[in-house]
Amino acid sequence: MAPLRKLDPLSRFFMKLYRGRRYKASPHTPLCLPLNECRVALITTAGFLLEGQKTFGNGDCSYREIPNSIQTQALINGHKSGAYDERGLETDPNLAFPLDRFRELETEGKIGSLNRRHFSFMGSITKPHTLITQTAPEVAQQLKTDGVDVVFLTPV
Amino acid sequence: MCNQSVGLIQRAVEAAGISTVSITLIENITRKVKPPRALVVPYSFGHPLGEPNNPELQHAIIAEALELLADETPPPILKSSRHTPCAVTGKLQAKRRS
Repeated sequence: MAPLRKLDPLSRFFMKLYRGRRYKASPHTPLCLPLNECRVALITTAGFLLEGQKTFGNGDCSYREIPNSIQTQALINGHKSGAYDERGLETDPNLAFPLDRFRELETEGKIGSLNRRHFSFMGSITKPHTLITQTAPEVAQQLKTDGVDVVFLTPV
Repeated sequence: MCNQSVGLIQRAVEAAGISTVSITLIENITRKVKPPRALVVPYSFGHPLGEPNNPELQHAIIAEALELLADETPPPILKSSRHTPCAVTGKLQAKRRS
């Protein structure tokens, strides 16, 4: 687990006080296909975006579509929280959006294929109402329409 | 709050009929949000897949997370990664020495 002491003092104080969302049960969709027959998509909350895409605001619940064809080095770190060391993911976006690693899995035949698009959200969302009721279900529906079988998600 | 956001998005995707798995850096937040499957990793914020430019470690963590998709235990499944930062540092030190 990430040690809170590594965060800046303000974020650490906030994290200790923040109550967060609490649920009693999980939704469940069992995987019925072998992984090497699955279409896979990635979702990150690292706030990555591409040149020309609108930057994320504070607590922004919107998302950006990341085409599967991009070069990972073209991803821009749109998070800029200042709460943690961002140099790693600026050097290697795979650290929080492992597109190159999944391309390798696709080449090796360990997954069926990568979806034509992936999605990027902001992470620092303290009021997630719009995320829960609107933007996350919207992305889910788009991925369902694409015929995606598995989604792999990474925080930052 | 990234880890809460991941869990909330993951719940929506799984509810739409897609199997999901995520990485988490904060176990107690994920325990409350209850996404169906999550791998708890022992790294710092900004480093969910361990280290930059270390494809070998990134692949190992991804493989461990993907294994959870085959776990038939009813969700939520919250598993701690076998990898430790000490093991990684040790491995890197060994590499540097060699």
